Amino acid sequence: MVFRRRDAACALAIVVALAPCARAQTPGQTPADAQALRTAIDDLKKDFEQRLSALETRLAAVEAATKQGAATPAPPAASSATQATSPALAVSPESATGASVTNAKVFNPDMAVIGNFLGAMGHPNVEPANPLRPLPSLEMHESEAAFQAVVDPYARADFFISFGEQGVDLEEGYITFTSLPGGLLTKVGKMRAAFGKVNTLHSHVLPWTDRPMVTNYLVGGEDGIDDAGISVARLIPNPWIFLEATGQVFRGDSGDLQSPLYFATERTHVSYVGHLRGYQDITESTNIDLGVSFSRGFNSAGLAADVDNLTTKLFGVDATLRWKPLQRAIYHSFVLRSEAIWSQREQLNGTQHANGFYASAEYQLGRRWYAGIRFDGSDHADNAALRDTGGSVILTYWPSEFSQVRGQYRRTNYEIGPSANEFLFQFQFSIGAHGAHPF
Amino acid sequence: MKHAKFVLAFLAILVSAASARAQGKLNVMAATEDLASLAREVGGDKINVDSIARGYQDPHFVEAKPSFILKLQKADLLIVVGRELEIGWLPPLMQQSRNGKIQVGGQGYLDASLTAQILEIPTGQITRAMGDVHPLGNPHYWLDPENGRRVAKAIDAKLSELRPADKTYFDQRFADFAQRLDAAEKRWLAAMAPYKGTKVVTYHRSFPNFADRFGLDIIGYVEPRPGIPPTPQHTLDLINEMKRQNVKIVMVEPYFDLKTPNSIGQQAGAQVLVMPPSVGGVKEVSDYFKLFDYDINLLVSAIQKAGGK
Repeated sequence: MVFRRRDAACALAIVVALAPCARAQTPGQTPADAQALRTAIDDLKKDFEQRLSALETRLAAVEAATKQGAATPAPPAASSATQATSPALAVSPESATGASVTNAKVFNPDMAVIGNFLGAMGHPNVEPANPLRPLPSLEMHESEAAFQAVVDPYARADFFISFGEQGVDLEEGYITFTSLPGGLLTKVGKMRAAFGKVNTLHSHVLPWTDRPMVTNYLVGGEDGIDDAGISVARLIPNPWIFLEATGQVFRGDSGDLQSPLYFATERTHVSYVGHLRGYQDITESTNIDLGVSFSRGFNSAGLAADVDNLTTKLFGVDATLRWKPLQRAIYHSFVLRSEAIWSQREQLNGTQHANGFYASAEYQLGRRWYAGIRFDGSDHADNAALRDTGGSVILTYWPSEFSQVRGQYRRTNYEIGPSANEFLFQFQFSIGAHGAHPF
Repeated sequence: MKHAKFVLAFLAILVSAASARAQGKLNVMAATEDLASLAREVGGDKINVDSIARGYQDPHFVEAKPSFILKLQKADLLIVVGRELEIGWLPPLMQQSRNGKIQVGGQGYLDASLTAQILEIPTGQITRAMGDVHPLGNPHYWLDPENGRRVAKAIDAKLSELRPADKTYFDQRFADFAQRLDAAEKRWLAAMAPYKGTKVVTYHRSFPNFADRFGLDIIGYVEPRPGIPPTPQHTLDLINEMKRQNVKIVMVEPYFDLKTPNSIGQQAGAQVLVMPPSVGGVKEVSDYFKLFDYDINLLVSAIQKAGGK
């Protein structure tokens, strides 16, 4: 009752307020104002009529449903075609304007969990000294939980927590300042370093079940350069291409614990990563992405002899050529990518100059199918005289945007020991918030 | 120590190279060509407008190319469709744009869906078993001219907020647009009036607002669920349903493969119309008015060819 009185009072106030307005339609008012007012009134009228008719429709629907409900207690089974519309059609027949949308949990971060199950068949033939870790036959390789949200008007935060079958690891957790002066994009936290392409990618967005040999041998394996630090990136204005320079400083610990890439024993043993990325659209469907990277940190090669000032330097170049015809973007695409990496690792027996590369191509055959091929080759970081090579063919099937099944035949030719022929398979699935598509 | 100095020098160079921002016209980036067209109607020659997604590409699957980052970096205003249509590609672009104005909640961010009439807002529990369903309602709302008017009004208000000195100009252009839209809408409604209740099938759920406004009855979809490609069983069921209900029209967005729709059309005796849901979807559709002109002409001639409803 109180509300009704208040509504009536409001209506009265509006009428009172409108009356002088109507009187104020003096010759002094411009035709534009009058036109705008007329349009506004027309809008209101239309809106009112629409709402009224929507209400009438709903009322009619409710009445009809009540009658029908009384006459037919059980609804008839629908055909599959109409059923298909029904689950997603489990939507309200009514409409609403966006302003009315509410959500009590609106400040919760976007959450998602991505499962990555790996299987392997065939004999890996990996020598104990090899940096490759042979995969077990079946493994719930990783369950990654992602939490992402805006912090405040100046920053957003992203956390990616990776659960193995044993143990948990913070894969990334950082704040990004999105609007610093000078066009700087700054990240602070633990993050995958901007060294090349593969190092920046989480396992679930890779086009293969594994990481390339060169990443495993020279850039710290699956963990890669992933460390606590500060990253600053800036676009370099120029009239020709997209050019971005990134500078990063990390604590100096990277790679897996058994054979770390970088290992800091002192606070001054920080590691650095620098990356320059150039990108250009060739046509609307074809583009090229080029990068050069540098990284330096302290390694653990001399620790047994109490020498802790030995360093590793990495240089990298990466190139990616993408083709995706816009009008048929969901059916066909082609990506050619390659990285070459040079490593200079100081050891007690002198500096090892190792290098490696991968070259990979993926073609999207149809909406759900992708076929790929990859060539690998890399020296061992701690013994550049040993060079292994390999190759893979990959087939991926996407039941939907949220799951994929992948098979990969991988052949590895080891410098020492027999070659390995393996079949790797992977199931990936994601639940929760819709993440960004990888590019 | 030497390395620390090197890094500091590098950072200093990065900071000092501040970019010069062009003054004058407002730079408006729209997520789609439809929003760009509406912005052009209101902003006239006081703004520069560009869009990210092209009208002939699936707006759910746009690539987050770095070249868009450069455009967003210079934007004074970003207009998005909203309702999570752009969730797969716009957030990383916005994040990397280094442009505080166009972040969600910023003065230069406009979610066009906030004043539009949104259909198909899910009720009850929703899961991905329903396909790539949009939890905040169907984002293809611009295909109702009434929503076009509402969005244009919101753009008018936003542009006036950003450039108060040009408010009269924007208001006047909006009033003029609204008047032309009124006249055009009457024409469109009159053209479709004789065919009210015509049953159609569409590929994706792109046309609920269009169907609602112009009196079409969508009885099914080529996709078994939103975002899920057609399956043989669903296609068969759909053909049977179309035959049962005598459906003679299949509407397909220009970015979907025509193989399944053509076979459905052939078996159900229906015409397959490549119907652009967006400005730029086909060459002739160069603005918001031409979008409806084109779609309604296409439909009317198809319905007439099929002999009425």
